[in-house]
Amino acid sequence: MGKILLRAENITKDFPGVKALDHVKFELEKGEVHALLGENGAGKSTLIKILCGVYHQDSGQIYVDDKPAEINSAKDALDLGISTIHQELNIADNLSVAENIFFGRLPNKRGLVDRKSLVRDAKKILDRIGLQVDPQTKARFLSIAKKQMLEIGKSLSLNARVIIMDEPTSSLSPEEIDTLFDIIRELKRQQISIIYISHKLEEIFEVCDRITVLRDGQYIGTAQTGQTNKEELIKMMVGREANIDYKRNCSTCGKTILQVKELTTDKIKKVSFEVKAGEIVGFSGLMGAGKSEIARALFGLDEVRCGTVALDGKTLDKVTPICCMQQGIGYVPEDRKADGLFLNLTVGENMSVSSINQFTKGPVINKKAEMVSSQEQVAQLKIKTPSLKQKIRNLSGGNQQKAIIARWLLKSGLKLLIIDEPTRGIDVGAKFEIYTILSQLAQNGVALLVMSSEIEELTNMCDRIIVMREGRISAVLNNEEADQTSIMKYSVK
Amino acid sequence: MNRIKRGWKKISEIDELMLIVALVVIIIIMSLMSEYFFTGKNLMNVLRQSSTTLIAATGMTLLLLVGEVDLSIGSLAAFSAVIMVDVMNMTQAILPAVLVAIGIGVGVGLFNAFVVTKFNIASLIVTLGVMTSVRGFAYIYTNAIAIQNTVDGFTVIGNGYVGPIPIPVIIAAVLFVLCYFLLKYTTFGRYIYASGDNKNAALASGINVNKIKTITFVLCSVFAVISGIILTARVNSGQPNLAQGFEFTVIAAVILGGTSLSGGQGTLIGTLVGVLILGVLDNGLVLNDVSSFWQDVVRGAVIILAVIIDTRRTQKREKISRRLVEQGAVSQ
Repeated sequence: MGKILLRAENITKDFPGVKALDHVKFELEKGEVHALLGENGAGKSTLIKILCGVYHQDSGQIYVDDKPAEINSAKDALDLGISTIHQELNIADNLSVAENIFFGRLPNKRGLVDRKSLVRDAKKILDRIGLQVDPQTKARFLSIAKKQMLEIGKSLSLNARVIIMDEPTSSLSPEEIDTLFDIIRELKRQQISIIYISHKLEEIFEVCDRITVLRDGQYIGTAQTGQTNKEELIKMMVGREANIDYKRNCSTCGKTILQVKELTTDKIKKVSFEVKAGEIVGFSGLMGAGKSEIARALFGLDEVRCGTVALDGKTLDKVTPICCMQQGIGYVPEDRKADGLFLNLTVGENMSVSSINQFTKGPVINKKAEMVSSQEQVAQLKIKTPSLKQKIRNLSGGNQQKAIIARWLLKSGLKLLIIDEPTRGIDVGAKFEIYTILSQLAQNGVALLVMSSEIEELTNMCDRIIVMREGRISAVLNNEEADQTSIMKYSVK
Repeated sequence: MNRIKRGWKKISEIDELMLIVALVVIIIIMSLMSEYFFTGKNLMNVLRQSSTTLIAATGMTLLLLVGEVDLSIGSLAAFSAVIMVDVMNMTQAILPAVLVAIGIGVGVGLFNAFVVTKFNIASLIVTLGVMTSVRGFAYIYTNAIAIQNTVDGFTVIGNGYVGPIPIPVIIAAVLFVLCYFLLKYTTFGRYIYASGDNKNAALASGINVNKIKTITFVLCSVFAVISGIILTARVNSGQPNLAQGFEFTVIAAVILGGTSLSGGQGTLIGTLVGVLILGVLDNGLVLNDVSSFWQDVVRGAVIILAVIIDTRRTQKREKISRRLVEQGAVSQ
């Protein structure tokens, strides 16, 4: 047992109409990596904001080194050695690496910046995190992963003893994540404590010592990583037994819905496969293997060079989004914000945009019929929104994703739904709801193509998994043969 | 008591509230400064002067909503007007000439849309080029000399009245109501907002974005031509230098009305209020003998001020609705 560095007791914070935190406790040892886990709205971010001085608790006490600490501003937090790395990085792209590290605290000699000691000090910091770049490089030339490491360096230069990392891996590749974990372990060795916030349980098990779970603003429990498992954590987070196994048999599968022959675009080569009604087919593969590109090609968003797509036995003469939609194909894109959402439109308008033709009398929209159908979907998919008239930008990621799925459920005659990364950036509770929705959909005879980088998601849900490598199909695995190892084997060759 | 509260809440939710308040304030100030201002005759005058701006601004609103802009409307109004007057003098008939002018509008609109959608070039640049060239054509066609109209009855379009109401106001009202309906109650309107808000998402939802943009470019051009016809009828001659800088007045009015330059956000009611604010301001300043140079200064200042106020209010309301969602307020 290490020495307790930071302790929060009975922290309560009220916002008008909602208790964000209700007598929450949290404890951080010296040199410990402590995960903070919970669904959206569980109170993680409120607690973090209190620790780094954005909010002040209504009641309760924070202790640092067993002494009561008052954190009233971001500066107070920094003075106590608490530093935060936000999801959106805080790097000035046009300044050098060294200038970024010592931003606002540049060493000076008679009013001029002392370049020599700036570079020397920056070098020392970079060595501590093992980041090998020239301190005089402009930050904009660094990858996102390196920028994140730069942020960690910045925290170290501020003599941070506690570093809070908010979803640090959300935009990193697997190799970059490994590097980050190496740094985290190195920081640990240097007796620096880390509060690690993430939805990804695998990562938490890999790098964290203890896990504290919050739910609905309440402290649920703290577990040693070695003495718990995923199921238990999920249960703590969602407050009920979570069924992560959606294995089904394809006895309900009907006739062939989709036939793809030698489909070729700039990114994929001669891809052929078939999908039956009611079947869920998964696509796996490393980044850039061509999963998303198959989705885009099948919905006519990327130009098809050659090959044919047949739906229900009829070959499509043109593969364009409009044709695909008319023939009963739906598409949920990978990047919700960039390609899926109309952020300034309402939840209702976002849902009905593809099916609005079904709610018209002549050229006029029958708003009542539109509302009624949309409201049904809101109830069915449990979309949490104050009303259909709420702007969709204000909803959580999970609810936004459900609304986009609802967009295609509203469409009559949907035969095939292509869904790229169904649960990216979505908290665990909503994730399971989406799995349920998708299985339900298959049960009702819709064919599903699911592209995902989470292998577990595919093995839990899909009847078959197609593994992609370098734009080609490298294997087709049945549900029984598909697991982490077999999929990885075919992904990397 | 409760009913008053609810009524007040409803009023406070009107998007264009701040603009309407600003319009009322300007009207009150102008009325205090000049007795003549708040008379039926003068107010009708304001409406008539604003009608041409409103017509073009209505088309421009649709175009800004879809995420594009058209700088060529002033030049187009002039070019179509000179040809119209020439055709009218040759045929001694009004209708064919007007149809030719509108046809030119359709043609230029299609050209703008084609270059923008086919080659994926920013409409600001494309229409800047078209603006310059089309103005050039207007000067070439006329040798830079205005063409006097010789057909009787044409001026009615600009100067006539039906009862107490000027004909340009009626034309503007009809087109405005038509577009208001189009935008609010038809699928085309929904597609305009969606395409302007997020082009990628619109494509991924199966919307024919290029078609929507093309129709909107054509509407914007045709409306500009109609404004040009009215302006021409008022002076009874086809002038190659007609509507210089018209595009900026029109875009200023639309933006003043709260329509975003980046597409997807804005309303026609906002545009109406924006046009009226500029109209009332111009009229009031003239009545008070303010020099035209100072009018420009005041107009610019009002635009900036109004947009600041409006933006702040939008941000505040965004904050409130975000909090509502965070608190987990659920429907039903």
